[in-house]
Amino acid sequence: MKAHLTRRYHFSASHRLHSEEMSSEENLSTYGKCNNPHGHGHNYTLEVTVSGPVDPSTGMVCNLVDLDNFVEREVLSRFDLENLNTLTEFAKTVPTTENLCIEIYEILQRGFSHAHLEKVRMEETMLNSFEYTGENEPRH
Amino acid sequence: MVYLTRKAEFSASHYYHNDALSPEENQRLFGKCNNPHGHGHNYTLEVTVKGEVDARSGFVVDLKQLKEIMQREVLDAMDHRFLNKEVPEFFRQIPTTENIAIAAWQRLAPKLKQAQLHRVRVYETPDLFADYYGEE
Repeated sequence: MKAHLTRRYHFSASHRLHSEEMSSEENLSTYGKCNNPHGHGHNYTLEVTVSGPVDPSTGMVCNLVDLDNFVEREVLSRFDLENLNTLTEFAKTVPTTENLCIEIYEILQRGFSHAHLEKVRMEETMLNSFEYTGENEPRH
Repeated sequence: MVYLTRKAEFSASHYYHNDALSPEENQRLFGKCNNPHGHGHNYTLEVTVKGEVDARSGFVVDLKQLKEIMQREVLDAMDHRFLNKEVPEFFRQIPTTENIAIAAWQRLAPKLKQAQLHRVRVYETPDLFADYYGEE
């Protein structure tokens, strides 16, 4: 029987929203306060949803230890307490939470093989959240 | 089509163990969750039903009835219980969050007349939950 499993993680990072393709005025009008040159930070919540058949011998879609270890090694240790603009992942893209969501989805899609990746959802604040499901429509 | 979700909370204990495996293998696979005396969680059960809004009542489902069915079929069986020893589904199956969601679905689905069950979500902690959408 197929089930979905979702795990939430927390990390903090700073960023500045600024595009080299825009003039200073356009950056300011597009990003507002988020264009502050010194950057600003958030406590992000990352939600990873995987799916698959429930293994009868373990009762699990995948072992949480495997998921936790992967996310800790490949995501949290890479982004927690960093300035996102200084990372190679965001050398060419603006570190909006949309792009961060896609980046984390791609990391999981490439490297996590214990279950099917359904969705990555990021909360930037309690009021903003973003979801990426690859090419698929999100399921509710 | 409108979706409606009702939440309920229950507290229960469980442990993870597969009789077919050696003690060492159980320990390796399940870690601290393998403690045979069990440990507990405050679970949140979220039941989502879907249907057309009834023109006369304005309801997708009578919430009072849904609440009573959740209480009778799931909470009365699982609240303040040791799941492995007191809930028949878990005499053989391991009471993981995934299996609790499936068991809740199987208990609720046949009892819901008015609206169709869409999803059962079970939170084991605020940072871990499982969803079941029925046979796919």
